Amino acid sequence: MSATTAKLASAAAITGAALPLQITGLVKRFGMLTAVDGISLTLAPGECLGLLGPNGAGKSTLIRSIVGRVIPNTGTVSIFGNAAQSTAARQALGWVPQELAIYPRLTCAENLIAFGRYHGLSGSKLREQSAWCLEWAALTDRAKTVAGELSGGMKRRLNMAVGIIHQPKIVLMDEPTVGVDPQSRNRIFEMIEALRAHGASLIYTTHYMEEAERLCDRIAIVDHGRVIAEGTYAELVRSSFGSRSQVIARVTGAPEAIAAWTTRHNGRITDGASEFTIEQPTEVSPLLTDAASAGIELEDLALRRPNLESVFLHLTGRELRD
Amino acid sequence: MFAILQTAFASLRRDRAALALAFILPIGFFTIFAIIFGSMHDTVPRVRVIVVDQDNSEASKSLVNALLHEDTLRVSTHPEASKAQPNPPDYTAQSAEAAVKAGDVSVALIIPQGWGANPVSFGGSSQNQNTPKIQLLNDSSDAIAPQVVSGMLQKAAMTSLPATMAEMGQKYTEKYVGTLTPAQQKQWNDNLVYLKKLQQDRAQNTAPSAATSSSASGSGFNGIIGVQTRSVVGESQNKPMISYYAAAVGVMFLLFTASGSAGALLDEADSGTLDRVLSSRIGMTTLLAGKLTYNTLLAFTQLAAMFVFGWAVFHLDLWTHIPGFLVMGLSTAFAVAAFGMLLASLAKTRAQLGAISTLLILTMSSIGGSMFPRYLMSDAMQKAGQFTLNSWAIDGFTKVFWRDQPVTALWPQVAVLLGAGAVLFLLARRFARRWEFS
Repeated sequence: MSATTAKLASAAAITGAALPLQITGLVKRFGMLTAVDGISLTLAPGECLGLLGPNGAGKSTLIRSIVGRVIPNTGTVSIFGNAAQSTAARQALGWVPQELAIYPRLTCAENLIAFGRYHGLSGSKLREQSAWCLEWAALTDRAKTVAGELSGGMKRRLNMAVGIIHQPKIVLMDEPTVGVDPQSRNRIFEMIEALRAHGASLIYTTHYMEEAERLCDRIAIVDHGRVIAEGTYAELVRSSFGSRSQVIARVTGAPEAIAAWTTRHNGRITDGASEFTIEQPTEVSPLLTDAASAGIELEDLALRRPNLESVFLHLTGRELRD
Repeated sequence: MFAILQTAFASLRRDRAALALAFILPIGFFTIFAIIFGSMHDTVPRVRVIVVDQDNSEASKSLVNALLHEDTLRVSTHPEASKAQPNPPDYTAQSAEAAVKAGDVSVALIIPQGWGANPVSFGGSSQNQNTPKIQLLNDSSDAIAPQVVSGMLQKAAMTSLPATMAEMGQKYTEKYVGTLTPAQQKQWNDNLVYLKKLQQDRAQNTAPSAATSSSASGSGFNGIIGVQTRSVVGESQNKPMISYYAAAVGVMFLLFTASGSAGALLDEADSGTLDRVLSSRIGMTTLLAGKLTYNTLLAFTQLAAMFVFGWAVFHLDLWTHIPGFLVMGLSTAFAVAAFGMLLASLAKTRAQLGAISTLLILTMSSIGGSMFPRYLMSDAMQKAGQFTLNSWAIDGFTKVFWRDQPVTALWPQVAVLLGAGAVLFLLARRFARRWEFS
């Protein structure tokens, strides 16, 4: 259990208030494969927790365990103090699955009405919620359009709207931007920000670090079914890199000379560029001097703070999108 | 082109069940039809006949005895013994007619009082008009049975009544040729004694030879035994087989519709919609019950449309049978909908569902009477047909539209269809557990 999770859990214990979500020691195996391997997490009221990890890391299984669609081998999932499969938990949770889980032959409005009824809504409340969701997803003018005829981005937005038709207090979004163009992605970000403004707590899974950086208060990095790091963006970078920065140098010259130069300065070659970690900007000058003396010509040089990609690389030795 | 071929084969290979069914399906059908039609060549289905002997003459007893020993007929003179009635009384004309109307037997023969005095009629002249004739009561939905029985009746008469025929021959000779000389009369009488003895011997449970051909003349009503045929069921029906085929074909296509519609479950499972629905307040039982209700209503609507079409185009008498139609239609729709749900919950893919449902539905339809009447099948196949939804549904609709029986008479069919539907649904619920949780 991470420090943040432990703090939130103890705070909740002191105040007596149940946290929106508390996961303890969750393990899920499918045959020989351990998809989730002892994950413990908490979600604070109004918080957006990002689950960042590569494909197959166990994020979707974790989400499915929270919504009660996967029965864990061990561990517990508590939603406002209720078990994952209880009616109260189902009512509190809104799930936006990775797949487009909508009825393609129904219109947008009909999809919303159908899922609203599945969650027990009826009458004017259902109509109001349906109208709100259509507006939230910018689909009001498409209310009578059959879902199967919508563009990819619109289908994604409808998929999200269906997940929140019953005004859940916790929304679980499983890679909601998969396969959408940048414009639709921005629209989806705006929707999520609007949802947060309404006070919903969110869990957002993605393997796009920029999405996690933009949307999430706290990020849990998941790999091989485990949370390998957890904290705010700044905490994660600081814990992995301290105050160090990264130097990315694009150079030309003999490959052997470039490789030797990179190794001498504890760097590594990624995408044809040499990357180095430095404590102080003054370390750049000796680096370049050594390159020149080795017959290496500098083409481009960038100094940047490490990001989540760097953190993941630092923690696992692999690229996030490997 | 090779790439497309390779891709298609690879996809088929991945779905092993569908691949297996692709080969099993045609072989399965070949086997089923070979059994049905093969057995029809080997054994003629035995026609169930009730014989009522009101005459009790020597000739009538001989005829009844000969009929009892006919291989192609299953003759009964009284109902089967039961615990409640260990020695049931013989059928009467009324109870025999009621049995034909109820569909218990295909044909009833009534040998009227006085028939034995003049049992054989050569030529059917006007003088025979007043002599009592054997009455053949039949259900006009079965066009084959009365002809078979009529033919067998003539054969039985030829083989069981030699003395009677000789006596009648003498009467006709004296009438049309003149009186015999004393010597001719003596020789005639001597031979007649022998024939009477032979007739008595045969009457004492000696089965007559079945060597003679059983094929009767065209109508079977112009033989030496005068027969008066009367349809006691379907007399008022202007299109005898319309109601039968409306039910028979309707049930078969209902089964296809139900399995196709239930297949939506597989689509929803594939798309993730099923998962999402199950994460709401809706549980698996509620979900399946909802789908069952929808599929039942869909099947009933389809059936109703078919019967309305039958009324509009083929003058099917729908409107006077509405209560029976509603009861049978809803029972049938419920059973086929549950059947479809079970298939969908069993199959892993749409391809599997298509193959399994085609195999099962066509098999059920062929032995259950949806393709051709069950009375044309061998006894074994008729019994096998009782394990199909088709046969119970068709029997029920036949009771309503053909036999004009009241709704209360439908209880066996309704009980079986509703019971089967409930069991099939429970099985579907059991198999659907695979979707419930991971």
